[in-house]
Amino acid sequence: MADFRYRDDQPHEEPAVTLDAFLEQPDATAVRLEAGEDARRLIPFLDRLQLIEISFPRFRDGRGFSSARILREAGYKGELRAEGDVLIDLLFFMRRCGFDSFVSQHSLNPADVEAALNRYSHVYQNATDEAVPIWKLRHG
Amino acid sequence: MYQYDKYDQGMVDARVEEFRDQVRRRIAGDINDDQFKPLRLKNGLYLQLHAYMLRVAIPYGTFNSVQMRKLADIARKYDRGYGHFTTRQNIQYNWIKLEEAPDILAELATVEMHAIQTSGESIRNISADQYAGAAADEICDPRPWAELIRQATTFHPEFSYLPRKFKIAVISAPEDRAALRWHDCALRIVRNGKGEEGFEVYAGGGMGRTPFIAYKIRDFLPAQQIFSYLQAILRVWNLHARRDNIHKQRMKILVHELGEEEFRRQVEEEFQTFLALATDFPQAEYDRIAAYFTPPPFETGLGDEIDRSDPDFALWVDRQVVAHKVPGYAIANISLKPIGGIPGDISAEQMDIVADLAERYSFDEIRATHAQNLVLPHVRKADLYAVWQALDAAGLASVNLDLVTDIIACPGLDYCSLANARSIPLAQKISERFANMERQLDIGELKIKISGCINACGHHHAGQIGILGVDRKGTENYQLLLGGSGAEDTSQAKITGPGFDEAGIVDAVERTVERYRELREPGERFLDTYRRVGLDPFKEAIYG
Repeated sequence: MADFRYRDDQPHEEPAVTLDAFLEQPDATAVRLEAGEDARRLIPFLDRLQLIEISFPRFRDGRGFSSARILREAGYKGELRAEGDVLIDLLFFMRRCGFDSFVSQHSLNPADVEAALNRYSHVYQNATDEAVPIWKLRHG
Repeated sequence: MYQYDKYDQGMVDARVEEFRDQVRRRIAGDINDDQFKPLRLKNGLYLQLHAYMLRVAIPYGTFNSVQMRKLADIARKYDRGYGHFTTRQNIQYNWIKLEEAPDILAELATVEMHAIQTSGESIRNISADQYAGAAADEICDPRPWAELIRQATTFHPEFSYLPRKFKIAVISAPEDRAALRWHDCALRIVRNGKGEEGFEVYAGGGMGRTPFIAYKIRDFLPAQQIFSYLQAILRVWNLHARRDNIHKQRMKILVHELGEEEFRRQVEEEFQTFLALATDFPQAEYDRIAAYFTPPPFETGLGDEIDRSDPDFALWVDRQVVAHKVPGYAIANISLKPIGGIPGDISAEQMDIVADLAERYSFDEIRATHAQNLVLPHVRKADLYAVWQALDAAGLASVNLDLVTDIIACPGLDYCSLANARSIPLAQKISERFANMERQLDIGELKIKISGCINACGHHHAGQIGILGVDRKGTENYQLLLGGSGAEDTSQAKITGPGFDEAGIVDAVERTVERYRELREPGERFLDTYRRVGLDPFKEAIYG
């Protein structure tokens, strides 16, 4: 179960398999990407995937941000979970890159999480979320 | 210059509150120092040898009198009455208390300033030609693009936890005053055959322990696609950089390992992905930003005569004043390199004086240069004498632009926790050795750059004479390098041979200079002579 989940559908309970296992097991619906694994290898299977978990082994390792965006930009609609060394100050960027659930190895204070996610009322650029960039607000 | 609207102001205000909260969580013990470190670094706050250091962004090196006076106030109130201009056109304070840092950021926000992304593994403050909007040789003002890129790369969600820092520079003139190709990504605005604006794009440059000069990855990128292209470069690097060794994570290493062609191929492929996402800012937003950079109301019909009857003033004019694009105006360089002084340092009182002069004589604009000096970009020639008198009275009228005493130096072991050797005392000794004005003028252009460790903040790889401080069995030792350039003729300096102690390196520099004077042909700068004769004649002079 995710510590924090921002989806309305039922949580997906099938355990996530490794990328290699997934590619050999065409009926799996949940997969886990380790940092450095190529998210684009999942693109042919996005329709039937319900959970993709992306590992953050160290909070400084930001590869997962690009992996998440690649998956969302390719049309993935299922749950996208960040797992591992997930710190409060990463959450806002993770949400903008398309993550909608979090499992942190740390105990995150829900009030701090809420504050971090709502700190900025505007954003400067498009990402994979619904936020309207400031340039668009300026020009209507 | 650019002015914040409610959105820009909202961003920096929110940032102050975010940082205040992060400091609170650190002091409360909710996060440990390892977790706090990247957060404070993204706000320019380093822990140095004696105190915290705060680096404040001066986007593309442009600021005004209100901002300069605020910087002076901060120096008085939170530091020891001075600040230090850096090699990336920023200013740093050396004696900051952690608990006061949020208050300083709040003060900066009141004058549309911040310390966002001035350090840490992020897209750093954009640097630019310090003469932008004034230079006689530029094809357009590069700052609207620099500002657009600043906004596009601020709090970028995908690229806020990069493998390492990422530095961007933008210029639009053939003469390179911004050390362009020493950046991770360098942009030169050009026009194509149809007169359309675009960018020549360079990638993979950087100094540090493994220096590389950026290679040209694109001859012409339509200007409107710059954000897509930057994101493509950043994504290729973010996905494929090593993450196992912090010394091999800069983009230059990836470019080197993949090879220029393969890196280019991957960037171009990713570029198509980003173009399809339509994330580029529209023309209307560029136009909105560019409107803030319309030229100031220059007077017409002004004369170009300068009264040179005061010989000290004439000397200053000849060295520190540069051609402006508008008749009757000039660009005035303010040296922060007095003989025996600390390169880039300026007192709060001097900041106030520069602010006054900018307000009165330069359409309220000041520029910071990567060579750690300041510029008044738009001075009427008729006002130069008054400006010089005020600078002279404030100890700011040194005559040494690009001369042997205009030394770039990092803070070194006097402040920096990374340093192996002191840089500042060495800069002071070299400056004193060459204090004689006639001798300096006779030597001509000679750019000395000193770093106190291999991280190369003092740009020693780009020094015509570079000096690198190392630690040799517990004592400071200095290596001498020759032949580097951060200008349009970019080159990497070469080590001459065994290092020296502090007294020895000053002598070695002097022997190098004297050998140049023996070897030079009429009109040759030090760098020209070096390139013509090579390293050997200098080695002979240095090591005997």
